[in-house]
Amino acid sequence: MINLYPGTPQEILRPAKIGFIVATLVAALLLNLLPWAGWGLWVRPDFVALVLLYWCIDQPRKIGFGIAWVLGLLMDVADGSLFGQHALAYTIVAYAGIVLHRRVQRFSMTPQALHVVPLLLLNDMIVLLIRLAAGSDYPGYWYFLGSVVGGLLWPALSFLLKLPQRPRFDPDQI
Amino acid sequence: MEHTPPPFFKTGASPLVRLMIFSALSLVLLVADAGYKYLETLRQVAAVIIYPLQRLAAAPASLARGAGDFFTTQSALRAENAQLRLDNMTVAAKAQKAMALESENAHLRTLLEARQRMADRSTLAEVLYAARDPFSRRIVIDKGAQHELRAGFPVIDGSGVVGQVTRVYPLLAEVTLITDKGHLVPVLNVRSGLRSVLAGTGVQGALELQFSALNADVQKGDQLVTSGIDGVYPAGLPVAEVVTIDHNPAQMFAKVVCRPLGSVTSHTRVFVVHAAAGIPPRPAEEAEKAPRGRKASKGSKGG
Repeated sequence: MINLYPGTPQEILRPAKIGFIVATLVAALLLNLLPWAGWGLWVRPDFVALVLLYWCIDQPRKIGFGIAWVLGLLMDVADGSLFGQHALAYTIVAYAGIVLHRRVQRFSMTPQALHVVPLLLLNDMIVLLIRLAAGSDYPGYWYFLGSVVGGLLWPALSFLLKLPQRPRFDPDQI
Repeated sequence: MEHTPPPFFKTGASPLVRLMIFSALSLVLLVADAGYKYLETLRQVAAVIIYPLQRLAAAPASLARGAGDFFTTQSALRAENAQLRLDNMTVAAKAQKAMALESENAHLRTLLEARQRMADRSTLAEVLYAARDPFSRRIVIDKGAQHELRAGFPVIDGSGVVGQVTRVYPLLAEVTLITDKGHLVPVLNVRSGLRSVLAGTGVQGALELQFSALNADVQKGDQLVTSGIDGVYPAGLPVAEVVTIDHNPAQMFAKVVCRPLGSVTSHTRVFVVHAAAGIPPRPAEEAEKAPRGRKASKGSKGG
């Protein structure tokens, strides 16, 4: 792989385990289900969309539309909202992640986050449009704040999710 | 003839095709759910799958509450105890009066052969999480169909109506708060006896009295209780208090804004009242009988 940024050396990572991917997605679902209230509700990014996007960009061959769609259904049930709105949004986000993965992987953290924010905003927009069509009120600009926070969390998230793939230092092998 | 080489790696359908398939599936679900309400069983199944996660997510808050209870000081407990004793005395006095009134009421009702009011059973439920969705005012409580809850049951707290059970899962139930946009409660003004409909606005802590005429007898501070007309809420539960009245002659109706009495935004425990729909069936309509009679008379003439 060509390294566009000489300052950030490319590492050779171990393969991601499918169990770990599923566990992180369940953890994201758990974070979404926490009893958020007040201003926490507005700054809360959609963790499921964020982690899903991460894995779609990082491991597009191991994760795909089926998982995104099922996660969307579970979110719809937890929210008590119309069936299929999160499913549709997550499917489209997964598509965007899979299509853009070669491009996004080349960049360092900050440009990566700048790629991620519009995708999360797209996720918000789809949910918003379906809600408006179903007769809800426009909740205000604050609604989109969560996606920006999600972009800010992106570097920390990718560091955390890459940890199990980092090669362990083996003292016998010098 | 166009010739394409066989692919090196079998990767299945292209992402675009998969996107189309899953988007179409989602859209079918959306339409089926919005238009036809076919998907309640699917929703129930998914609800059972996600239930452990919901409980797990609500656990830290419950634990924090429990820990808070554990670390209360003795002085706080004593103060609370004294306050409760005081409250108890006032409530006991009221209860005695209420008992006398209830027996008198029962007597009068039997005299009038009126319908006995239901002795409503209620279930204490804990709020698992609240208002996670910025679009709607809903809470999820930890009792469901297993505890004999049904959609339509009113939900109250110590000070007033909170909302209504709108969707029941096996172990959980969804409560739509009275502040949810489009949620209606038929109410009665305690002071003037005026009946009207109280609508949620979607804004926290604001309700609106709909269709109250410009000269209607509504004053600031008026208490509104449920009128029991809809058969959902039992009559006489406190709901809201009038906060502002805006008489704008350009409008057909006065804009009356009310504040909910039940702590709609910040509760940890609520009561679900097992209210049976206590509405007598509609009387048979005269209009239906009339043409039938005419037909019958025609038939007799013809015969």
